[in-house]
Amino acid sequence: MKRIFFIGLFIFIVFSSAGQAAEDIINKVKAKLEKVNDYEAKGKMKTNVVFIKAPIANVKVYYKKPNKLRINNESGISFIPKGSVNINLNNIFINTEGFDIIDVGKEAGTNLRIIKLLPKDENAEVVLSTVYVDEVQYVIKKAKTTTRENGTYELEMTYGKYAEYGLADKVSFSFNTKDYKLPKGITFDYDDGSKKEEPADKLKNKKGKVEITYSAYTINKGVPDSVFK
Amino acid sequence: MWKLLKIELFKIFKRPRTYIAFGAIAAIVFLIQVALKFDGKSYVDLLMSNLSGSFEFSDEFKNKLLNGYLICFVILNTLLIQMPLLVALIAGDSIAGEANMGTLRLSLTKPVSRTQYMLVKFAASVVYTLALLIWMAALALFGSMLIFGTNDMVVLRSEGIEQMKDFDVLWRYVAAFGYAAVALTTVSALAFLLSVFAENSIGPIIATMSIVIVFTILSEMNIPIYDKTIKPYLFTSHMVAWKGFFYVKADAEGTTINGSIENLPAVLRSLGILVAYIVLFFSTAVWVFRKKDILT
Amino acid sequence: MGSIIRVDHLTKHFRDIKAVENLSFTVEEGQVYGFLGQNGAGKSTTIRMLLTLIQPTSGSIDIFGMDLQRHRKEILRQVGAIIERPDLYKYLTALENLRIFATMSGIKISGKKLMDQLAMVGLEQRAHSKVKTYSQGMKQRLGIATALVHDPKLIILDEPTNGLDPQGIADIRNLILMLSREKNKTLLISSHLLSEIELIADSMLIIDKGKKLVEGRVNDLFDPAETVVELKTTNDAAAFEKLSGSDFREFVQQRRNDCVLLKLHRNRIPEVLKELVRMEVNVISLHSKHSLEDYFLSLTTGQPHVEALKN
Repeated sequence: MKRIFFIGLFIFIVFSSAGQAAEDIINKVKAKLEKVNDYEAKGKMKTNVVFIKAPIANVKVYYKKPNKLRINNESGISFIPKGSVNINLNNIFINTEGFDIIDVGKEAGTNLRIIKLLPKDENAEVVLSTVYVDEVQYVIKKAKTTTRENGTYELEMTYGKYAEYGLADKVSFSFNTKDYKLPKGITFDYDDGSKKEEPADKLKNKKGKVEITYSAYTINKGVPDSVFK
Repeated sequence: MWKLLKIELFKIFKRPRTYIAFGAIAAIVFLIQVALKFDGKSYVDLLMSNLSGSFEFSDEFKNKLLNGYLICFVILNTLLIQMPLLVALIAGDSIAGEANMGTLRLSLTKPVSRTQYMLVKFAASVVYTLALLIWMAALALFGSMLIFGTNDMVVLRSEGIEQMKDFDVLWRYVAAFGYAAVALTTVSALAFLLSVFAENSIGPIIATMSIVIVFTILSEMNIPIYDKTIKPYLFTSHMVAWKGFFYVKADAEGTTINGSIENLPAVLRSLGILVAYIVLFFSTAVWVFRKKDILT
Repeated sequence: MGSIIRVDHLTKHFRDIKAVENLSFTVEEGQVYGFLGQNGAGKSTTIRMLLTLIQPTSGSIDIFGMDLQRHRKEILRQVGAIIERPDLYKYLTALENLRIFATMSGIKISGKKLMDQLAMVGLEQRAHSKVKTYSQGMKQRLGIATALVHDPKLIILDEPTNGLDPQGIADIRNLILMLSREKNKTLLISSHLLSEIELIADSMLIIDKGKKLVEGRVNDLFDPAETVVELKTTNDAAAFEKLSGSDFREFVQQRRNDCVLLKLHRNRIPEVLKELVRMEVNVISLHSKHSLEDYFLSLTTGQPHVEALKN
């Protein structure tokens, strides 16, 4: 019944949209990404998590096909969120059994095509990905991935020089954080008396965000496996 | 005055008991450093267990986290609770010990006013406290920096995590040690005051420790009726304000502002309260001592 | 000769204990002044008031013609003292102790001078030993060296021979006489032993329960006309009766314990002996002492004394 509904919806969308088929778009996007075997990128990472005050970090991001990704703070310390491997867009398309592709049409007010990808493998970790594709450049501007175990990730990209490889100049990665609290008996905090009573759930299940602004990519020059360890 | 101070320092640093404190600090610092050197990862896992659901911690991360700056913070956290005992050991002895030895009466028949005598005695115990802190800084901070290296510093609070860049840490330690000096001088002034009333040094040392322990328990307890009524007036509540130098400000996006202190006015207010306590304890001690009949 | 110490109506109460009551006395320049009393008579309290360790309840103390309260530093610069035990820093050496107290006395002194000072009390060999290794006598001598290191005009010694062996006592006595005669120091010496004070003091003061009993020049107080004779016989009652009927009746004072007491001039003792022989009284012993001694002894033993003291 559900399937019939989705197929019906799919048909409706395909016929109602004047442009090309969603699958073509996805293939074009994928083709761009396929050009990249590996990269090493320099950038600055900003962490925005409600309970963490962190400085801007100089990071290097390493990628290697199919799904190896590593964010390294070369000198200092950075809290790297779980699931940060998803900032590599290729990760969306890794699926042995392919997807059902659903075209949802254009986002109101922008030129972005919303496409939903449903993995055919029912046991896949990713349950659903929604991508917002720029139909001129064939790059993904936004993506939402819902996973079985780790909640929902959101990506937002802006592109510049490296758009032909589908690589963003700026990525912002949003993720769910669990609540944070340590007993005062461990931390022996200094209580300066200024703390106001906050609602108990303030620190619970908030969205965290990291933002990486890349300054340069070195593409397809080889990356040793050792960096991913 | 300077000559008299030199005499007092000479007397303090000629006594074997003076070095107990230096030995104790070296031992504690060394034990913490050894433990964290060999089993630091489990310590980090323990600290980070709360976060492991949302973040991934590589071995490299753990190694970087466990740098000299953090080690020193951990040491200060444990040691500054014990330091009052070591400070009281000398300050509590300064008048009572002379009374006990019988040298007080001879000293006070010398052409030195009692106020002057007290100033010199107190100054000497402050110098001792500073020496102890410098010793601790050398071992806990510079020692740890040598053994563990330096990196960005992460401070865990009960409701959040403060992270600062490595270049933004050392000045905070200078400020924190300076603050700790004032905090310990408060304990020293208390022991000094109690020392005036006693004829042997055990009494003031134990009394000082008891007061510090009771006050610390009250300061650390989370009982709402004490929070606003008693806590703000206990000097022990303000003794931990050195940590305020490691709490940073962040911009709207949660990015640490380099060189910032989250609540400097609160730290300064705490400092002011400690200084007020020092003045109170010391001037009471002088006032009592000036009128005291020396019967020992 | 001016007065060095002038104490006027000095009183000290510790709550309701009257330690010193209305005490007045004067110490002249160059004197050795004996300050006598039992333990607890108020000697130490008085000495501590002289040294500003205790605040008087009332009364005044002038030293070197200056009020002690107002000119404390100037006066103390010229005073050396040992109060009760000569307690010093046991974990320091003799030389270190001496240097500390010299500096506190406000003088600059060379290492050689300090060694000379130790030599004066016979401790130069042990100058670098810690005081905790010293015997009681050595500590006492070091205490004296400490009291003298800044060459004070007035020296106050509280029970300086306490706990010393006979040789030590003799040494201290000689040192006191030397300081008085050769260096022209004024000394105030307290003791609970009259015999000791008698040998060295020019003047003395006896106090009891915080009050003055006797004050005067030692020569005047030990007048030979005030000799007390203690007579033991085979039958005291008979002896007392016979003497009371003799020419010596005016000298017979009382019967005390197992003896008869007479008070008379020392020169007349042989006559008493002759008379006793004549009256066929069997004498076991005859012991003479000064009435002051008898009086002072009675203070310490609580026995009644011969009615002898004029003041």
